[in-house]
Amino acid sequence: MTRHLKVDAPIPDSPLDHMAQGVLGKPVSRLEGPLKVTGRATYAAEARPEGLLYGVLVQAAIPAGKVLSIGDAPGAMVVIHDPRLIRYAAQGMATEGPTAGPDEVEYMGQAIAVVVAEALEAAQAAAQALQVTYEAKDVPVDPEAVEPERPEDKQSATGDLDRAMQDASHTLDQIWHTPSHTAAAMEPHAATAEWSGDTLTVRAGYQMLATSREQLADAVGIKPDQVRLLAPYVGGGFGSKLGINADSVAAAIAAQQLGRPVQVVMTRQQVFDLAHRRSETRQRIRLACDTQGKLTGIGHEALVSNLPGVSFSEPVTQATPFTYQAAHRQIVHAIARVHRSCAGSVRAPGEAVGATVFECAMDELAETAGIDPVELRLRNIPDTEPCTGRPFSSHKLAEALREGAARFNWSDRRPTGQRREGDWYIGMGVASAVRVNSLIESRARVTLQADGRAIVETDMTDIGTGSYTILGQIAAETLGLAVDRVEVRLGDSDFPPASGSGGSFGAASSGTSVYLACAEIRSQIAALIGCDEADLTLQNGQVRTGNVSRPLDALLTGELTGDGHLEPGKTEDTVRQATWGSHWAEIAVNRWTGEVRVRRMLGVFACGRVLNEKTARSQCLGGMTFGLGMALTEAMAHDPRDGHIVTRDLAEYHIPCHADVPPLEVHFLTESDTYVGPLHAKGLGELGICGAGAAILNAIHNACGVRVRELPATPDKIIAGLQS
Amino acid sequence: MQISLSVNGTSHELTLDPRTTLLDALRQHLGLTGTKKGCDHGQCGACTVLLDGRRVSACLTLACMVQDQPVTTIEGLGTPEALSPLQQQFLDHDGFQCGYCTPGQICSATAMLKEIAAGWPSHASADLTGPIALTHAEIAERMSGNLCRCAAYANIVDAIRQAAGAQGDAA
Repeated sequence: MTRHLKVDAPIPDSPLDHMAQGVLGKPVSRLEGPLKVTGRATYAAEARPEGLLYGVLVQAAIPAGKVLSIGDAPGAMVVIHDPRLIRYAAQGMATEGPTAGPDEVEYMGQAIAVVVAEALEAAQAAAQALQVTYEAKDVPVDPEAVEPERPEDKQSATGDLDRAMQDASHTLDQIWHTPSHTAAAMEPHAATAEWSGDTLTVRAGYQMLATSREQLADAVGIKPDQVRLLAPYVGGGFGSKLGINADSVAAAIAAQQLGRPVQVVMTRQQVFDLAHRRSETRQRIRLACDTQGKLTGIGHEALVSNLPGVSFSEPVTQATPFTYQAAHRQIVHAIARVHRSCAGSVRAPGEAVGATVFECAMDELAETAGIDPVELRLRNIPDTEPCTGRPFSSHKLAEALREGAARFNWSDRRPTGQRREGDWYIGMGVASAVRVNSLIESRARVTLQADGRAIVETDMTDIGTGSYTILGQIAAETLGLAVDRVEVRLGDSDFPPASGSGGSFGAASSGTSVYLACAEIRSQIAALIGCDEADLTLQNGQVRTGNVSRPLDALLTGELTGDGHLEPGKTEDTVRQATWGSHWAEIAVNRWTGEVRVRRMLGVFACGRVLNEKTARSQCLGGMTFGLGMALTEAMAHDPRDGHIVTRDLAEYHIPCHADVPPLEVHFLTESDTYVGPLHAKGLGELGICGAGAAILNAIHNACGVRVRELPATPDKIIAGLQS
Repeated sequence: MQISLSVNGTSHELTLDPRTTLLDALRQHLGLTGTKKGCDHGQCGACTVLLDGRRVSACLTLACMVQDQPVTTIEGLGTPEALSPLQQQFLDHDGFQCGYCTPGQICSATAMLKEIAAGWPSHASADLTGPIALTHAEIAERMSGNLCRCAAYANIVDAIRQAAGAQGDAA
């Protein structure tokens, strides 16, 4: 039986608060952890079917034009440039394959062929030596040198912002630039494809199996039910594995053509070129406030880029309409069509760069107005969503700011440039954290075996997020079992389709479907013992109701199965759902070298119910560190002549390393959001990055008076600022 | 070419393309996929293994170069049923998320603690010749060759300090 829930109304009383097991929320170590720390968890490139062949992708060496000829590959079995090869990765949740046809080149580095050989070394050498001729054409690659599109539905205005700017006591009008970013998940994209008759099985590192299956079927030219995707372990995603990429399509086509299994693993450089980049942004922010710091005007104009015809555009201003109150508002969203690599989702599309820049602007306004930056934010928190008047499902920004200020000893912050230790200027910075929240349709099946052990099955993925563990905890809590009595099986498209991992919606969405499946089983247990589900207590394998208490396995005569089906409903529209928090950073700037060292960071977050204290904290640590990278080191440089990514490996694109990251503190506020389903849980995989970089950039200014508006704040920019 | 490798105490005779790296020999020919390929250029540390007890990037090491040296991989340090002390602390402290860099981190940390015990100083050491304190900065400096995009760094350092019996705060 399926228990279905469409979240049309708030659920004030969470049934999880009435369970007896007491395991939900606890810092349970990852269930799959022993496999990961011993190297036994197997990722996409670690299947070794009999007769495996190796495929290596060949990339275009022109920014745009046509492939005229592709030579032979001595030492390899075959060079495949099938018209079904895709030009760029699918966007997350697309239900069709992306544009195919590798003979038409849209950006430098596009996959145009795959070379297959018996040995990996032979395939690599042949791919490298392959002769390709092209007919190149001139195309724009600089987003600021073309006339951008301005889609009507992405612009909005209320009141008269120009007038508000003229009439204000204090104003700010500045432009920021953020460079292209990449997810840089540690596991390169890889696929191992094998055909059995007309059925295709692909082991690949993808975040969302149900839609990726549809994309792959469409790309290869078969039906979705002929495709099985397996992704039991995924070595990080951060958006880069939301949709299918060239690896799985090339492996599937090559395996089909050669009648043997084929594995295609991207090189790290190929991952840089072929995984979606986060678009660079140009952001103009205008703020106007009165003498008391009450905002009267907010303007946020964003210029982003993507390839012609690709629908995704970085939603930079996503949180701007509802974060702060102001009567006069303007949102501008412009999209430059240029031939850089395809842009798409990278951890927290929108707020990661949009909220970060906006929070830098708030810091500048606070300074101009002579108001403490925490106080300025507190004075501008809306009671209801500006423009729409909708209530917030829950709103914890003020509490996050006050709690953070106390925990971080914000009162120790000194005026700009007044704290020095030897050669180091010391500063503190703050930023608000905000991220939209949503649920995605999700299904799960739970089987309670006659021996009292439970099995959870769903095609949900665990990309490091902790899905195995939290889904096990939800099932254990609802069925009254110890966690080790629950087996969680994920990452197989044969299982019921879940939300997948992305957009911070995975835990709440798939978690709710698992809860619903377990609730269905609870009602079956209640029927067995003869009581209402509401009168049932399940704990440590015991079934209790009234004065009756029986061991679960004695009650069961066979296995019980429950299916759970969650759908988002009206609460998507009736309230504004978001997660909130605050970021705090203390940094040191070297007066001679301009080097910035982060000394400590604090993140205070409200994300509804915390499902596992340990894994939730880790998610936030990861997000904050992403923000640190964005603030200080991460930048994809595009060659101004042909748009190609110059910094296309981990020696050139600097993600934070151990020595960059100080001890970090995470604090969760107690929150119960009733509009997001029975779990009262919201997402937190992305909140940690939204604004974290701004706290660091604002701290740099507090330390030494330098405003860096062209991210990242590398020493050259700091030194230039110090000298002026 | 014929190559003999000693991995985790077991000898293997392999016929390999001479260009085969130690990393690919382990992963593709011996089925020891615990050692990960993150960049193949010595930039990320995911492929860290122990060569005669010292940490090396297996991607920058040709298999034919190490025929007379014992190789230890993550599979040789512990099993899910019998974790090494470092593996146990990584599990307890959540010193990983996706798990892909984890074998490299643990191999690296295993050798790194021996480097400290042997008195090798680092950039972060207060004194080039004196005893080395297991501070956060000291461990973070020495582990910086192992990237983690999930950024479990703070937890990894805690796990290593705990496994090494470090005292005091995390300064």
